[in-house]
Formats: sequence, structure tokens, C-alpha cells
Amino acid sequence: MSVFEGFKFRYISSPIHRRDPRVKFLYVLVMFIAAIMFYELPPLLILFLLQIPFVLVAGVQRQWVRSLRGAMFLTTFLFAFNLFFGYISPGTIPGGMSPLEYAIAMSLRFLVLVESFSIFFLTTSPDHLSLALEQSHVPYEFTFAFTTAVRFVPVLAEEAQTIMDAQKARGLELEKGNFLKRVRNYIPILIPLIVSAIRRSLELAEAMESRGWGASKKRTNLYVLRMKEGDFLLIIISIILLVTAIYVRYFVPLPTLTMLLPK
Amino acid sequence: MIEVKDVHFTYPTGVEALKGVSLSIRNGEFVAIMGQNGAGKTTLVKQFNGLLKPTKGEVLVDGVSTRDISIAQLARKVGFVFQNPDHQLFSETVEEEIAFALRNFGFKENTMKRRVTWALSLLDLTEYRKTSPFMLSGGERKRVALASVLAWNPKVVILDEPTIGQDHRQKEILRQFIVQLNAQGKTVVIVTHDVEFVAECSPRVILMAQGQIVADGDAERILTNPEIALRASIVPPQITQIFLGLADLELPTDVIDVSEAKKVLLEYLEGSKR
Repeated sequence: MSVFEGFKFRYISSPIHRRDPRVKFLYVLVMFIAAIMFYELPPLLILFLLQIPFVLVAGVQRQWVRSLRGAMFLTTFLFAFNLFFGYISPGTIPGGMSPLEYAIAMSLRFLVLVESFSIFFLTTSPDHLSLALEQSHVPYEFTFAFTTAVRFVPVLAEEAQTIMDAQKARGLELEKGNFLKRVRNYIPILIPLIVSAIRRSLELAEAMESRGWGASKKRTNLYVLRMKEGDFLLIIISIILLVTAIYVRYFVPLPTLTMLLPK
Repeated sequence: MIEVKDVHFTYPTGVEALKGVSLSIRNGEFVAIMGQNGAGKTTLVKQFNGLLKPTKGEVLVDGVSTRDISIAQLARKVGFVFQNPDHQLFSETVEEEIAFALRNFGFKENTMKRRVTWALSLLDLTEYRKTSPFMLSGGERKRVALASVLAWNPKVVILDEPTIGQDHRQKEILRQFIVQLNAQGKTVVIVTHDVEFVAECSPRVILMAQGQIVADGDAERILTNPEIALRASIVPPQITQIFLGLADLELPTDVIDVSEAKKVLLEYLEGSKR
């Protein structure tokens, strides 16, 4: 659950929160590309540190730390996996790097990705996100399905809790038995959950249709996204970042850790 | 016997739902817990079968703290029927649904069969034995949920909002059923907003507001007191409202049910004729 906590939006206002979601997405995309381009430790470390000012300006450091902590399990797995295969077949590792350094770099790359996505979701309201999708000409049906899915996650989580309570009150012990039995213990929880989700979606569809959903081809919006100075600034920052990353990748020889460390 | 000793409860979200609640429910009592939404009613009864454990204070069921015993063990004694039957029904047949808890509690196969048959007839569901619970009407699903709890014959039965979504006739059947259960010695606790329903049952009423108990006593005393009702945001039963309105005639005002009202009014008419 803690992983999802790290991505859950809270309504606060900051220069980062107010940015156009499309611009923020561009930024995430640039981060993504940059992180994928490098496998060396120093640039990945720089990318990781570069984002910390964003987190601080947005004031979401607590949730951000939680999202990183939530990603720790997968990171550890990635680390162990890369280290293991690095030793088994050293040929797969780019020249000059030790398996340990490579494993650390790969884990860090994953953390950079988690970090940027976490910033995006922590500072972008689902409403803004759907607006952005809509104004990027994604069909409204898809946009709506997407935002509804996001919107109903907490409702479903609460319902799952109630169902769990109801079945526990009938003597169900979730943590009892061997692995197979434990998996089967979840059937009495999953079935009511799925049934009520389907029921709810049908009711929602009827309620929406009775309020004229899909009545006109062209929808208008109460809010319209408009770029402001801050948005252009973020675009410029993103482009500079991308250009620098490409330049460094192709024209600057990057040292490995073994070369940096004093002999 | 359930004893609640100065229980405080705060949800992980930081909402303080119970602020020092103390009460005791004796064996065989019939209790209605009332109050407006968010008063802490459901939070309180969830303490009785250990679904929630007090943040401070303690709850004793037959002398054992709910902290020292598993929910499953407690559930054997304290049955809890949830508000929405759709939150528990999952089996292919009604019969299987009722057997679910019995299986969890480790009943033997033939005892289980007997109990299922008994519970089915108790709630008039025998004809639906092999029907899918999802095919039944709302009222019937509610009865299946009730049967699935009564099947293991718990000493205490808690019903969360039993009257919601029930038509008038169903409500009356439910009322008679609950009264009958109680008459057979079962401790019954209902959580409800339904003043009229409670007035017809006349149990002990525990009134809650903002996580605390504001009144505890006979239905006649509590439901007819406009001052207490106001504090817990409930409205006295319609019968009582008539008598409160007729206070000038020097009629009693602590009347809550139809038969009592009829008696009082007839007596008054007899008196005025003479």
C-alpha cells in the first residue's frame, strides 16, 4: 500500500502543482529518456539530485520519501538481479564497469524513474490530468474511463475493508493455512468486491446517461488549460536537460567509478 | 456480558470516533444504539467483536479483553450482521452461504447440515436452498445474511442498520423476529436511525453523539424527551409527537407505540364522556 501512498495526490498549491500537466509530462518524459540513455553512475546520480529542488518547491517531500521507500523492495530485487548476472556473464556489462557499480547504477536508474513519476502524480490532480488528456485530443471516452478508474480506487479500497470485516465476523481467518489455502481465503473477499464494482458501474452508467452523457459530439469544459510563464520556463528547463543529456552522451567520455576512486 | 470501559478510539486517518465510552450489556438484553451519522455507533459495535480494538481503555466479552482473543474466537460468541448483505454474499447457493461460517468454525458435517436446515427455516428461506444468493431480492438477501450469522447460534447478535432498504412488511417481520430472538434469551444489539422501529420494539436505548453516550435507558424515557432528542439530532416517534402536541389535555407524553397510544386515548375519551 505504501507504494500507492507515494503517488496519491493531495490538494495543495505550489508553483509545481500549478504547472500545466502537459508540460509536467514533458518533463517526466525527458527525465525518462535521460535516465534510459545513461548507465554510468555519475550522470544518474546527477539526474537523481536534480529533481530534489522540484520536490522541495512542491512541498511533497514526505510523500516523496514514502514513494521511494515503497520502491525499495523492487530496487533491492533489481540490484541483486543485476549483480548476480553481472558476475555470471561479465560480457553483458559495458566496458570498464565492475558488476557492483553496474548493479548500483541500474538501481539508481530505476529510482530516478520512480522519482520523476512520483513528482508528476503527487503534484497533478486527476481532474487536471483528464483535462490535459482531453485537450491533447485523446477521445473523451478513454479520458473518462481513465479518470473514473483513478477516482474509484479509494472507494474500492474502503469497500474491500468492509467486506474483509464482514467475512472476518463470520470466522474467516485470512492468515491461516498453507499458501494455496491462503490464496483461496481471498475468494470470499474478491467475489463480493467484483460483484459490487460491476453493480456500481452499471448504476454509474445509468446515472450518467440520465444526466446527458454523450448528448453532444463536442464537449466544452469549465476550465481550459492555458500555458503561463512558469510553464514555458519548465519547457525550457526540460529542453536544456534533454540537449545536455544528448550532448554528454555522445561527446563527453564518462568516467567509471573505478577510474574516479584514488588507487 | 459485554463491558466497555472508558474506550477511546481513533482511526488511522486521525478521526477520533469514540471519546471515552463506558457501558455494560447484560446477557439477554435488547439494546438499540442510536444517534446521527458519524456519532460513532458502528465504531462502537465493531469493538464488541474485536474488528476494532480500543486505542485506550478496554472491552471485555465474558470477562476476556478483546485484545487477548482473535476475531474468529470472538465471532463465535458475538455474531455481527453487516448493513449491506452484498458485502458478504459470495457463494453459489444460499445453502453454501450459510455453511461458510460453520465451516470456518469447524462444525462437523452432519451438525452443519442440521444447522443450515434450521437457519433456512428460521428465516423462511427453505425454498431458496439451492438458489444463488445473487438472484434474490434485496430483502431476501438481507435474510440470507442474517441466517448465515444465526446459523452458528452466537450468544450475542449485532445488527447494523437492519431496517435500511426494507419495505414496511419486511420491517414488521424483522421486528417480530428480533423480539422473538430476544425472548429466547439471545442478547440483541441493533444499530439504527429508525426511531419508529425502535419505538415499536421498546428496548434499552443508548443514544450517541460525537463519540460519546448522551443518554442510556428505557426507550419510553429517552425517545420522549425532546431535550435529549435534540442533543443527539433524532426526532421523537410520530406517536410521541402527537402526545407532546396534546400536552394541554394533560395526557401522558411518554407514549411511544400504537397500542399504548390507543389505550391512553380510549381512557381519555371514556373520561370526557362522563
